[in-house]
Amino acid sequence: MAIVKLPENKLNQLIEVCKSFNNEPGELINVLHKAQEIFGYLPAEVQEVVAKELNTSVAHVYGVVSFYSFFTMTPKGEHPISICMGTACYVRGAEKVLDEFKHHLKIQVGETTADGKFSLACLRCVGACGLAPVVMVGEKVYGRVAPDGVKAILEEYSA
Amino acid sequence: MELIKLTIDKKPVEVEKGTTILQAARKIGIDIPTLCYFSLGDMKIENKPGGCRVCVVEVEGRRNLAPACATECAPGMVVRTNTIKVLNARRTVVELILSDHPFDCLVCAKSGNCELQDLAHRLGIREISYQGAQSHYRKDTSPAIIRDVDKCVMCRRCEMMCNKVQSVGALSAINRGFEAVVAPAFEMDLEKSVCTYCGQCVAVCPTGALTEVDHTRQLIAALADPTKTVVVQTAPAVRAALGEEFGMQPGTLVTGKMAAALRELGFDYVFDTDFAADLTIMEEGTELLGRLSKHLAGDKDVRLPILTSCCPGWVNFFEHNFPELSDVPSTARSPQQMFGAIAKTYFAGKIGVDRKDLVVVSIMPCLAKKYEAQRPEFATNGNPDVDFSVSTRELAALIKEANIDFNTLAEEDFDNPLGESTGAAVIFGTTGGVIEAAVRTAYEVHTGKKLEKVDFAELRGLDGIRQATIDFNGLPINIGIAHGLGNARQLLNDVRDGKSQFHAIEIMACPGGCIGGGGQPLHHGNSAILKARQAAIYREDSCKPIRKSHENPYITTLYEEFLGKPLSEKAHHLLHTHYFDKSTQIEIE
Repeated sequence: MAIVKLPENKLNQLIEVCKSFNNEPGELINVLHKAQEIFGYLPAEVQEVVAKELNTSVAHVYGVVSFYSFFTMTPKGEHPISICMGTACYVRGAEKVLDEFKHHLKIQVGETTADGKFSLACLRCVGACGLAPVVMVGEKVYGRVAPDGVKAILEEYSA
Repeated sequence: MELIKLTIDKKPVEVEKGTTILQAARKIGIDIPTLCYFSLGDMKIENKPGGCRVCVVEVEGRRNLAPACATECAPGMVVRTNTIKVLNARRTVVELILSDHPFDCLVCAKSGNCELQDLAHRLGIREISYQGAQSHYRKDTSPAIIRDVDKCVMCRRCEMMCNKVQSVGALSAINRGFEAVVAPAFEMDLEKSVCTYCGQCVAVCPTGALTEVDHTRQLIAALADPTKTVVVQTAPAVRAALGEEFGMQPGTLVTGKMAAALRELGFDYVFDTDFAADLTIMEEGTELLGRLSKHLAGDKDVRLPILTSCCPGWVNFFEHNFPELSDVPSTARSPQQMFGAIAKTYFAGKIGVDRKDLVVVSIMPCLAKKYEAQRPEFATNGNPDVDFSVSTRELAALIKEANIDFNTLAEEDFDNPLGESTGAAVIFGTTGGVIEAAVRTAYEVHTGKKLEKVDFAELRGLDGIRQATIDFNGLPINIGIAHGLGNARQLLNDVRDGKSQFHAIEIMACPGGCIGGGGQPLHHGNSAILKARQAAIYREDSCKPIRKSHENPYITTLYEEFLGKPLSEKAHHLLHTHYFDKSTQIEIE
């Protein structure tokens, strides 16, 4: 018998979310979106609950989670960093900015630092092309980021 | 019904609306090659992802090539299946598939029976023009099934079987693009997943990506060991299919040749699982009548319906999915395990051999039987009742390796005492057979009257879910039958919700029952083969002099000499079992 452990309040929220979609297996992607909002990521345990609530197989749920790059099974850091790789940001040197983050944090895209503080992700255009290249840390937007400005950004959160 | 006229390779054809180009072409003898497409049409089993593009054809006026399996015929359509554009495209498609496929055909378990190999041969591919990355995954070996997904071509037939037909949900396509593969959730071992080992994924896999765990080497070693006495039991469905591996027509019964071949292979005693099937009826039938009479007397603690428990794939399924119903199935062990328990006690005692020196081998149409034989509850001091189980396919390979010309073998009989069986036992090999066998005995025991007509046509057939009411001398007994685990799930949901009107339900995991088992010769989607095997089973039954389990004289002797009576303490100890909760529990932190 496999046992799955989850915190009660979040588990109840998740079950409510499934109910709000009438426990329809066809709503799997919408449910996973909400689930990722609740838990920050989609650990195996969450996928087990979703499968059970939507009356589908956990293999199918994992199939969907592993297909879409938006879904992640790695917990995000306390301060999730997103670097825009849209065309405008890219041509204005976003890749060098990304390399600088990788260098300082010693993690790759999609990973989280060992202390759980930062995670690194790429995204496509936040609609602030005039500020290219753009970096987001949590909800805060940084414009015209140069590689030598990366260290300063990280220091803001290192206290 | 709307009819559509079109031409394929200049031949006119008229088909019903909704017919695909592939179906229309086959109707007029044009054999478009396929790979991912799979159908057991009249059993409502179809895989049509249109993914491999091997079946592409040219349709006049259409810009690109069309997949014949997934394109419906339209009025006036002009289809060409063999233009140079089509041939080149098809070749490129297969070469690209081969460019990401290991070249170990010589030692692959599927060699000679592989649809990809056949395709490469048919298209005359002698070199691969494409070289690039090959995807690699770890090999996953479970007690019954091996996943070697380097050989997966993403046809997704296994996924269709596991999910749509069986509703097991162990396998799913995961990841995307080049990384995509069919795997259990979180890429866990199959053994840790909800897999039931029904083996239907293996039965439909076109390549060597899914195969059975091979026990033939162990078997050869046991046969060669002079300190061991080796006995064999053969399941009913094996005799109706084994001949296919030797070029015989599907539906050829090879019971006598099989017994002769097993003797030539060196087994000391050639017995029959059918004997244990008769024994199963004595135990399960008695249990059914006991539960039924208590229920009729108003005992609310007795749960009905009673469910058959012969099928290990099905047992695994309800342990994973319906653990709350674990008191509903009969406690009777499967015939394979009853045979093992009796062989290693009663028979071992009779011939004066210690159970450690007695090797019990089963020949099964089934892969779940491999797992069942390894369940710890079916062992005494670590010595299993059934040492190992080999499939119909493995037996055929062994006969060929041992230079036995199966076709010219003279027919022989099984040995006694564990080789005698009735017609009721033979029909265990098909959907509907176990419950018909139970009815034949339960009727006579319950009513005290002789059953004049032992054939119950109303219980037979290949519909996924069937039901019938049998008149037990004024007492109507409602019987349900399901084969295929998806159909079983429907009946089980009703039982769980208290909506089931049945007194007894027979369930077999595989479509068609054991005749369509995961260890049988591959049918490659030809449902006529399953029908021929089923007909053969009923033919063997009708030719048997005794057709009711309780009239098997060796069964009577077994009870007199050893067991006492059905459901006795000794019978409980040796012939019954209990079930485990294998479901996933959500716990609050």
